[in-house]
Amino acid sequence: EEFNPPVRSYPGEVAQVKLGDGTRKSVYLGGQKALYRFEEPQPNPPVVTFDVFDIPMPGLPRPIREHFSDVMEDPGDWARKAVKEYGANMVTIHLIGTGPKVMDKSPRDAARDIEEVLQAVDVPLVIGGSGDPEKDPLVLEKAAEAAEGERCLLASANLDLDYRKVARAAIDYNHAVLSWAITDVNMQKTLNRYLMKEGLTREDIVMDPTTCALGYGIEFSIDVITRTRLAALKGDADLQMPMSSGTTNAWGSREAWMKKDEWGPTDYRGPLWEIVTGLTMMLSGVDIFMMLHPTSVKLLREIGETFTR
Amino acid sequence: MQVTAMDVYRLLPKSNCGKCNEASCMAFATKLIEKELTLDDCPQLSGDERQELEELLAPAVKEISFGPENRKVTIGGDQVLYRYELTYYNPTALVIDLPDDLPEDEFMGRAEDIQTLSFERTGETLTLDGIALRNKSGSPEKFAEAAERLGGMGYPLLLCSFNPEAMEAALRVVGDQRPIIYAATEENLDEMAELALKYECPVVLFAPGDLEGMKRLSWKLRSMGVADIILDPGTFTGEGIGDTIDNFVMIRRLAVEERDADFRFPILGVPALSRLSGEGDAVEENIREATVAATLMNRYADILILGGTEIWELMPLLTLRQGLYTDPRKPQTVDPGVYEFGEVDEDSPVILTTNFSLTYYTVEGDLKSGDVTAYLLVLDTEGRAVDVSLAGGQLNGPAVADLIKDTGIEERVKNKVLIIPGLVAPASGEIEDDTGWRVLVGPRDSSGIPDFLEKLASE
Ligand code: B12
Ligand code: SF4
Repeated sequence: EEFNPPVRSYPGEVAQVKLGDGTRKSVYLGGQKALYRFEEPQPNPPVVTFDVFDIPMPGLPRPIREHFSDVMEDPGDWARKAVKEYGANMVTIHLIGTGPKVMDKSPRDAARDIEEVLQAVDVPLVIGGSGDPEKDPLVLEKAAEAAEGERCLLASANLDLDYRKVARAAIDYNHAVLSWAITDVNMQKTLNRYLMKEGLTREDIVMDPTTCALGYGIEFSIDVITRTRLAALKGDADLQMPMSSGTTNAWGSREAWMKKDEWGPTDYRGPLWEIVTGLTMMLSGVDIFMMLHPTSVKLLREIGETFTR
Repeated sequence: MQVTAMDVYRLLPKSNCGKCNEASCMAFATKLIEKELTLDDCPQLSGDERQELEELLAPAVKEISFGPENRKVTIGGDQVLYRYELTYYNPTALVIDLPDDLPEDEFMGRAEDIQTLSFERTGETLTLDGIALRNKSGSPEKFAEAAERLGGMGYPLLLCSFNPEAMEAALRVVGDQRPIIYAATEENLDEMAELALKYECPVVLFAPGDLEGMKRLSWKLRSMGVADIILDPGTFTGEGIGDTIDNFVMIRRLAVEERDADFRFPILGVPALSRLSGEGDAVEENIREATVAATLMNRYADILILGGTEIWELMPLLTLRQGLYTDPRKPQTVDPGVYEFGEVDEDSPVILTTNFSLTYYTVEGDLKSGDVTAYLLVLDTEGRAVDVSLAGGQLNGPAVADLIKDTGIEERVKNKVLIIPGLVAPASGEIEDDTGWRVLVGPRDSSGIPDFLEKLASE
């Protein structure tokens, strides 16, 4: 019997989404026509986007604060450091300060923060709200306007908020949308379909099927993300978009942050927890990673890039 | 191709006699596929049918055990490529490299550390599985001596040497403990195969970066009568990690989807090789090794050889393994009801949590390490975490009221005060209304419970 590499053919393919335009460098996500590189070269390496916040975020774990304590007062400086010193492909600016229970910053304040970050770096941005379903669409709309033509990723549209407003802002000002469902393939399909009904195309949508952290249900995410990517390659047109992972959720696991001598230093435990979470998501099919720690970002990119070679 | 319930049904008696306690032969077939029942449960099978069914039901990947009988470790046994399709069987074995040229006390110290390393998670004690004794000295005598020292411990072993003479020297002392022979290669295949047969031990076939050669050599081993084979297609790290993944995936696909007999064996990876690059300090080496190990564990590795023994390096790997190998068909739960901590009496506080294993054991650990005396009410949320069940509606006023009634906790305490998790704050009013108890909102993380109770007591 002869040896034949088990190469499969796939009727479907993942759309390629472009982020960054205008004054930004461009980054491409997705575009896969097969599951593995031995079947078909993988078109785009995984992309890492560094989390940056519009407020100093005292709650961030110490191993992260340590790297950014000098720039946390200013989102522009923070973003610049992430790109210049730590090699981020992209920056995610979380407009946490707009939360009614946080600082209740206005959408106009948010727009100003966006302008500042756009000035500071030339990589594409992910723009995130505070998680408040009432206010996020208003904030994202103003932020989208401030970043007109720069092709950012608006995070996020989900079924708990006015996703139509978010979709419209993306269409009006040339951005893409993060479509977020909570570990549920059917919910993801429904949301994507709604977004496409609003006029977005597959090339304008990135999915976030939810990253449950290592030790906090990562197996749920593995299953959902694997199923989603397989469905896309088998031809399910509602799921043929690249995927994103909120890898920073890893820092929510107490094994990552809790001080406990018999577990060893959090300085190493935390970043490694984030790497293993991200890596597992990468192997399940995720294309873009939202991360916090410089070491994690470096290692994830190193491995990720070998996948396209 | 994957075996379906229909394939199995065809070979059953189709009489629906019900002696297996199933409604029909078809129902029995489904349970067989899911490994919930075995062929022994159907008394109506003829010898021929039984044999055919046994072959059909053999897992795509052969199950192989190693180590002494009372501590044996089993690997392989997988049926599917993706865990959501069924479940993965037999967690990846993690074994630690131990060179035979270490000074004796250092050698024994490290062996001891490997065996005692453990980490508690969700009520399970997670541990390592074996030692990979490496013939670094190159001397067969030294190798045998080291094997003898380990042999006394009765811990599962891999013997690592490409030299058949050294291998035999070690097998002479520990060959009766079923160590894994690492490894047979193109060069030493005949001699290693003979040793595997003579000592009845599993043998690793090492064919780095050459699946074509691996297939040929696997066939050769099989035709010599070697049945327990483990495949090592080489662990290339750094730039090579993509190739390593490709090889692992191809092997498993050939086993599961094409039932290629030469590849239906467990896969071995050696993340320890990432340390050879000599780049970076010890911390970086550990992080790199863990990264390679996590990658391969996600891609079908059944056994991994590591160099690191730092707990912070191994914790994420042990946790990943636990997650990957939980059965997706079963919710991870503990029994609902009332649990007692410390010497409880009628003045002890009553606190609430859910019956998701991760949640329960996290809370339990915090109560124990904080020396808390309290009643813990565990709500049946069908194995969902606190915030999940709050969002999904399993945790609500009426459910908590029922729990209080069913457990009879009301008769056991004087004060009707219930402490709820911080995340349940939005439902505190509803719980008060439905239970008639006073509700206190506790901290968000259960690690804050001991302090919270102490403050409460002093008030
Ligand atoms: C894994 C997960 C799932 C898994 C379920 C896993 C499981 N068995 O529970 C799945 C995929 C099935 C799932 C489903 C859903 N999920 Co979900 N899920 C999560 C996730 C990622 C982790 C949950 C977890 O495991 N936590 C770990 C355990 C240990 O935490 P815990 O139980 O809360 O315990 C801690 C504390 O509460 C406290 N504590 C516990 N007991 C006690 C007791 C006392 C007295 C005190 C003081 C403290 C205390 O200490 C513990 C340790 O820190 C969270 C996000 C997150 N938190 O990271 C979302 C999350 C909880 N899910 C969410 C949602 C919305 C859902 C769904 C409703 C989605 C949907 N529409 O289908 C469903 C609901 C399903 C249902 N109930 O029927 C939301 C909830 C939002 C909200 N608050 O309204 C979250 C927060 C995600 C988000 N950011 O939106 N989910
Ligand atoms: S005992 Fe055997 S023959 Fe009878 S119903 Fe069960 S599977 Fe069918």
